[in-house]
Amino acid sequence: MKAPLFAYARPQALAEALELLERHGEAARVLAGGQSLIPSLNMRLSAPELLVDIGGLEELARIEVGEGALRVGALVTHARLERSPEVARLVPLLARAVPYVAHAAIRNRGTLGGSLALADPAAEYPACVLALEAVLLVAGRKGTRRVKAEDFFKGLFETDLRPGELLTGVEFPVAAKGERCAFEELARRQGDYAIAGLAARRAATLRLVFFGVGATPVLARHAATQKTLREASEALARDLDPAADLYHSAATKLHLARVLLERAWNAISTSH
Amino acid sequence: MERDFDITLTVNGVRVQRRVEARQHLVDFLREDLGLTGAHAGCEQGVCGACTVRVDGEIVRGCLMLAVQANGRRVDTIEGLSDSGELAALQKAFHERNALQCGFCTPGMLLAAQELVRAGRKRTREEIRAHLSGNYCRCTGYHAIVDAIEQVLNGQG
Repeated sequence: MKAPLFAYARPQALAEALELLERHGEAARVLAGGQSLIPSLNMRLSAPELLVDIGGLEELARIEVGEGALRVGALVTHARLERSPEVARLVPLLARAVPYVAHAAIRNRGTLGGSLALADPAAEYPACVLALEAVLLVAGRKGTRRVKAEDFFKGLFETDLRPGELLTGVEFPVAAKGERCAFEELARRQGDYAIAGLAARRAATLRLVFFGVGATPVLARHAATQKTLREASEALARDLDPAADLYHSAATKLHLARVLLERAWNAISTSH
Repeated sequence: MERDFDITLTVNGVRVQRRVEARQHLVDFLREDLGLTGAHAGCEQGVCGACTVRVDGEIVRGCLMLAVQANGRRVDTIEGLSDSGELAALQKAFHERNALQCGFCTPGMLLAAQELVRAGRKRTREEIRAHLSGNYCRCTGYHAIVDAIEQVLNGQG
């Protein structure tokens, strides 16, 4: 199918983009990499009056090493994240997740910010930012808000972003010495959205974030505080209440989450 | 607000100027406005890979990029890359290995596979399959395609 008619603007400055978004409110949609928005337009699942293409905002396309944090602009693509030596060194969990995101041609266009702002429950980055306790940077006409990852995801495809606001980037805390992480995902085909996935990180405490098994990424608080894998696996039933999808029952999803838990638990516990 | 835009881009080495609707995606622009019908409009939702073209040297889904977004960019399609000879080794191997039947997916397959050739190192069959995961073929069952790409990458045959 073909997209419905819409107007289009490509602002050259952040202030101009924010002004457009505020003026048009919910009639406008932000176009970043377009790898989810354009299919939804082509299928006529979405019919905005205006697309605000932020692709020209170069300040949102940077990867910057800061004090204790790596700041990644919303427009950084999956392909750039994968190639970045800073991401590999400073935020290894994110580096491990990127190879699971989409297919080659899509990875060249799709962006970190686009994936987070869409908040697909089976996507990799939302789980990563939650496991990493990252901070999302949200710009509006009145200034920038810093939103903790655990406050950002509100529901199915629903985030803390308000009309007129724009996700400009993410601040990832730099991995501490001795920090361990694991990323596991099951999908029908390489690059597809997850049937179930797990972003795990052990710093001062263990954080286990499952995705594809709820409306948002799920922090498994009970499982994470157990001493043994057997107890954690048992406790996972208190953390997760997955809905069935077209191919997998709720029981299968929980089973698969336990398989991933075992893999990640063993990977994190084994010393290298 | 504007719905139509003048764009200037370089397609297969030729500078073109056209007026496009904002809603028109790149592969429709190439096919309908420029008559370059090598990239195919398949699913138009980013799943099948038949519309694969290169923008500024990187493969993209032609159905998931608007023509207006290609303003000022360099676009290369199967026509240009075939004429230049860049794909000759892959095309020969696809022919020899019977790696196509109806041919609908082939332009996208060749552009995706050429990324591996350009990277210039050997790959396992699993790595080749992973790289082609975004390109559907409904005829061959993929084995012959992987054979052909393996032949070019690893010099086997």
